[in-house]
Amino acid sequence: MTGLSLPVLLAPFAVLALASTVAGVLSWRAGAEPGPTLVNLTQRINAWWVMVTLLSIAILFGKNGVILLFAFISFAALREFVTLTYTRRSDHWVLLGMFGIVLPFQYWLVWTEWYGLFTIFIPVYCFLIMPALTALHGDTERFLERIAAQQWAIMIAIYCVSHVPFLLFLDIPGFEGREVLLIVFLIVTVQGSDVLQYIFGKLFGKHRVSPNVSPSKTWEGLIGGLVSASLLGAALSVITPFTPLQAGAVAFMICALGFLGGLVASAIKRDQGVKDWGHLIEGHGGMLDRADSLVFATPIFFHIVRYLWTV
Amino acid sequence: MSELRAILFRFMRAATSAVLAAVARVVTGVRPLWVGALPSDRQRIYFANHASHGDFILLSACLPPRERARTRAVAGADYWGKTRLRRFIAEDMLSSVLVERTSAERKQDPLAVMLQVLDEGDSLIIFPEGTRNMTDAPLLPFKSGIYNLATQRPHVELIPCWIENMSRVLPKGEFLPVPLLCRVVFGAPIAPEPDEERHAFLARAHEELLKLDPRPESRPASRRHS
Repeated sequence: MTGLSLPVLLAPFAVLALASTVAGVLSWRAGAEPGPTLVNLTQRINAWWVMVTLLSIAILFGKNGVILLFAFISFAALREFVTLTYTRRSDHWVLLGMFGIVLPFQYWLVWTEWYGLFTIFIPVYCFLIMPALTALHGDTERFLERIAAQQWAIMIAIYCVSHVPFLLFLDIPGFEGREVLLIVFLIVTVQGSDVLQYIFGKLFGKHRVSPNVSPSKTWEGLIGGLVSASLLGAALSVITPFTPLQAGAVAFMICALGFLGGLVASAIKRDQGVKDWGHLIEGHGGMLDRADSLVFATPIFFHIVRYLWTV
Repeated sequence: MSELRAILFRFMRAATSAVLAAVARVVTGVRPLWVGALPSDRQRIYFANHASHGDFILLSACLPPRERARTRAVAGADYWGKTRLRRFIAEDMLSSVLVERTSAERKQDPLAVMLQVLDEGDSLIIFPEGTRNMTDAPLLPFKSGIYNLATQRPHVELIPCWIENMSRVLPKGEFLPVPLLCRVVFGAPIAPEPDEERHAFLARAHEELLKLDPRPESRPASRRHS
């Protein structure tokens, strides 16, 4: 892609190389029996290598690559979400439609840049048609619960995630050809905030934000993570159309939303009695365990940029 | 000519097996959990819960390729032998072992057929409930087959395998699978005690298989009243 400087693509790999070196030294010092935290850390870093590599490859393939990558992320997330919810045999065709029609159609709307239908297809048309199909089928057992879970599944896994590739089609004056950097900014700040919250929480965490939902989320971790991620966002302003101050403010907002996304995801997992969404990525649980914060942050980030920076 | 035919069949069989295992992985992201036993090249009888035609494909997709090639599923001849197409799919493409389930007008003894397969050195996948479970009960009572096999071929390991979610992926009567995450839990081998009688052993095997369910609270029957 034009306008993409090599350092931007290589920087994440440099950070990961540093992280792997640190983990390697720690493991070597721990000897034959490294503790569970260290094993988990190594697994997480290895999974990051895979994720960063996949994202870089997708970016090198341009818009189609990015759309395909996020369509796959939607597929994995949708599969995890539906697996955890209550479904009945009579839902079979609606569920097939979610995977076979709704998902490809939403990403086709991204590909054709059909913004009008892209924003209402799932929240309006699927919202009305899917319960109608379920009602026509005639099985009323736990009806509201089933249609609500189906709607949530496609909103979370398809609608919200599909806003990431649509960032490529925003027309920002003076930023032409570099739209993919908006995705890099979004992912680096939001995912960085997750990691920083985890680190600050491990180091200083005492007061829990919501003990009923997630025992690992503390005020110390949240504040430390948000402040440092905002500073990271401000530093990244060079790759964005924002000034450093704007970049810091946007980063703060999307990282706060990302935190709320993680909190909601934890509440759903707790309600369903599971620890992780799935088993896709070794050491990370499922796709939604990684993407929950991105899900909440992306549509808002998209709207902020669209209303304030595009023509 | 017949030699060419045999080679062609062997090739098609290997291709079918590889393709089905790949499809099962893509659709269900299946992950084996070896909690009581490890993958090995020992001769085994895998026995599992049964609610979907996809069950044995999922189970064999979890086995190492070499083991998968010599592991054959036991299927009902009254269903899979009914038409030429079904028989072709079951016997020629999936190398299933067809047995006659109903004792009336039986021409062959199912036990003898399964013992012969074991004596040829192959492993078996068997669904001791005898049919696909369409009830709200998590597991139907077992038929006697696994007891007879275990007592007559004690050197073959009998491994309980819990198949999770496959009945939601491909329910009875549907032919397109919904992608949902599946797991197969492999438990510790079980064998009849020297003085254990048939019913006691079958009840114990039933119990051991149920114990492997990683999310018993998510069963439809128990959740409805929670």
